[in-house]
Amino acid sequence: MNEEATQERVTHTLGDIAIKIREMHKWYGQFHVLKDINLDVQNGERIVVCGPSGSGKSTMIRCINRLEEHQRGDIIVDGVELTNDLKNIEAVRREVGMVFQHFNLFPHLTVMENCTLAPIWVRKMPKAEAEETAMKYLERVKIPEQAHKYPGQLSGGQQQRVAIARSLCMNPKIMLFDEPTSALDPEMIKEVLDVMIELAREGMTMICVTHEMGFAKTVANRVIFMDEGQIIEQNEPEEFFNNPQNERTQLFLSQILQH
Amino acid sequence: MSSNTALQGGGPVTRRNPVSRLWNDKQTRSVIVQIIATVLIFAFFFYMVQNAIANLERLGKDFDFAFLSAPASYDINQHLIEYDSRSSHARAMTVGIINTLLIAVSGIFLATILGFVLGVLRLSKNWLTNKLAHVYIEYVRNVPLLLHILLVHGLLVHSLPKPKQASSVGDVAFLTNRGFFMPKPDPEPLFWIVGVLFVIGLIFTFLFRRYARKVQDATGKIYPVFRIGVIAVVVIPSVAFILLGMPVNWEIPELKGFNYRGGMVIRPEFIALWLALSFYTAAFIGEIVRAGITAVSHGQTEASLALGLPRKRTLNLVVIPQALRVIVPPLASQYLNLTKNSSLAIAIGYMDITATIGGISLNQTGREMECMLIVMALYLTFSLLISTFMNWYNSRIKLVER
Ligand SMILES: Nc1ncnc2c1ncn2[C@@H]1O[C@H](COP(=O)(O)OP(=O)(O)OP(=O)(O)O)[C@@H](O)[C@H]1O
Ligand SMILES: [Mg+2]
Repeated sequence: MNEEATQERVTHTLGDIAIKIREMHKWYGQFHVLKDINLDVQNGERIVVCGPSGSGKSTMIRCINRLEEHQRGDIIVDGVELTNDLKNIEAVRREVGMVFQHFNLFPHLTVMENCTLAPIWVRKMPKAEAEETAMKYLERVKIPEQAHKYPGQLSGGQQQRVAIARSLCMNPKIMLFDEPTSALDPEMIKEVLDVMIELAREGMTMICVTHEMGFAKTVANRVIFMDEGQIIEQNEPEEFFNNPQNERTQLFLSQILQH
Repeated sequence: MSSNTALQGGGPVTRRNPVSRLWNDKQTRSVIVQIIATVLIFAFFFYMVQNAIANLERLGKDFDFAFLSAPASYDINQHLIEYDSRSSHARAMTVGIINTLLIAVSGIFLATILGFVLGVLRLSKNWLTNKLAHVYIEYVRNVPLLLHILLVHGLLVHSLPKPKQASSVGDVAFLTNRGFFMPKPDPEPLFWIVGVLFVIGLIFTFLFRRYARKVQDATGKIYPVFRIGVIAVVVIPSVAFILLGMPVNWEIPELKGFNYRGGMVIRPEFIALWLALSFYTAAFIGEIVRAGITAVSHGQTEASLALGLPRKRTLNLVVIPQALRVIVPPLASQYLNLTKNSSLAIAIGYMDITATIGGISLNQTGREMECMLIVMALYLTFSLLISTFMNWYNSRIKLVER
C-alpha cells in the first residue's frame, strides 16, 4: 500500500500490561454483539484489528474507553477497572485517546481550540502552555499553518490529522483508532497513515481497526481477526498473512487482498 | 493539449452588443435589478399614500395627528402609569405601548423557559415524559391561538371564585375572578442596603467572570463562576435582608365592598393572555430546541467524552454552543410572532396598542389612517428591535463553514 516510505518494520521492546480484557460479553438488547472477548495489550504494543463488517470491531474498541458499556466480564485499562464509577471512566478516558472514522472535530472551534479544549478544561493547563503543546503536535502531523482555520475549511486528510493531534494533546498512554482512513479519498490515506506510523515508531500503545494491510504489516505486533463478535484468530503479522489457520480468516484475507 | 487545439480551431468569435454584455455581467445585473426594484417599490408606496390621502379628502377628512392631544375619555383598567379618562389619546397610546411591552417581555420570558423544558423532555429516554411532551406540543400547535386565549380567559373568569368567596393563599394573597390580589411591598429606609448589595453582586459577578477567565488562561485554575455568582447575587442580599430584620412593609389587600382594595393586582385578562401566548409559543420553541439539539451529531458528544471531558462540560462546551446556532434564528421569529400575536389581546379586553390607539381611540375619533399607521409603526419598531438584537446575538455565535 504505502510501501516506499515505510518499508522497514517498526520494532520496539514491550512493557507492562496496558489493557486487560477478561471474558467480556456485550449485548444490544437481545443481540449478542461481543462474545467472550479475552485480550491483553502490553505497553508499547501495536495491535491491528480486522474482520468483516458488523463483526463487532468498533464495539470492542469503544468498550475500552466505555463509549459502550459491557455487560459481563472485566476490562482493566492502565490499572483502572471500568465499572459504572464515573470518576474511573473519566480517569480512563483521560489516558486513552480515540480517533474516529468521521473525525468528529468540533466545527465551532478553530483547529487550535479543538486541540486545547481538553488540556485546558480537563488537565487545567494554562492557555499558553496548552497552545504550545498543540502547536508541537500540529507540527508533528504537519499542519501547523492550519492552526487558526476552522475544521470545515480543511480537507478530509487534514481533518483526520487534526483529530490525531487533538488526542495527542492530552498526552495519552493508549491510542484507539476506528477505521481512521476509510472515510478518506485514496490520495489522503497515505498522509494519515504516515502520521500513525510515526506515532508507532515513538512507542505509542495502539489498537487500530483498519483494513490497510500494508499498515498492519509495517506497524503491528499482532493482528486480530474478529468475526460474529468473537476473536477468531490472532498472530504476528507475518504468520497471520502468510499462514492463516482458521478458514474464516483465510476467506476474509482472500477477499480483501484480491484488489 | 487536445483542449487547446479545440479552442484554436473553434468558429468565429460572436460579437455581442455592449448592452447585452452589461446585462450578462453578474455584478452589473444585480445592481441594475436592485435599482429598478427600489424605484418601483417607492413609486408604489407613494401612489398608495397619495391615493389614500386624496380619497380621505374627498370624504372630508384631512390627514392630521392633532387628535392625539385631545382627551381620550375612556377608561383603561390596567395602567402602569398615571391615567384616567381625561388623559389624552397620546397618553392612552403610551399606556397601550407599556401594556404590549409588558405582555411581550413576560411572554417571551415564560415561553423560552417552558420551550426549553419541553424540548429537553421531548428528547428524554423516559417514555412517559417524552409522550406527554409530544401530546402537549401537538395539541397546542394545532389549535388556533385565539381559542387558547378565550379558553384560558373563560376558565379564569368562570372557575375562580368571586371576591367574597376568594380562595386565599395564607390570608395575604387572594385568587378571584377579578384578578390575583397580592401584598404590595413598601420598602423601609434600610431596604436600600439590600438593593445596593444586589447591584454590587451583579457587578462583582460580571467582573469576576472576566477575572476567572484571565486566571484560567494564565494558570489553568478553574473557578466555579456560576456558584460564586449565585452567592454574590442571591445569597448575600438575602442574608442581609434577614439580618436587617426584613425592612419591608407589606400592604395586604383587603375586601372592601364587592372587591379587594390595596395591594397589587394582576388582572385575569393579563394572566389569560400571558399564559395562552406563552404556552402556545412554548410548543413551537420546544420543537425548535429539540431540532437544535438533535442537529448536533452524537459523534460530537462521543469525541468530547473520549477526550475525558465530563458530561456537564461536554454539554456546555460542545453541544449547547452548536445547538444554539441552529436554535437562535427560528427562536427569533417565534419572539416576533409572540409580540405580534399579543394584538389578539383585544379579544378579551386587555388594553394593548391594538385595543387603545388601534381600537377605541380609532373608533372615537374616526382617524383610521392615522391610527393604523401609528399601530403599524409601533409593531414594526418592536419587531425591528427584536430582530436587531437576535441578529446581533446570532452573528456572535455563527458557525464558520467552508
Ligand atoms: N447501537 C446499536 N444498537 C444495536 N445494534 C448495534 C448498535 N451498534 C452496533 N450494532 C450492531 O452490532 C454489530 C457490531 O457492530 P460494529 O459497529 O461493532 O461492527 P464493525 O465490526 O465495527 O463493522 P464495520 O466494519 O462495518 O464498522 C453490528 O451487527 C451492528 O448492527
Ligand atoms: Mg466499525
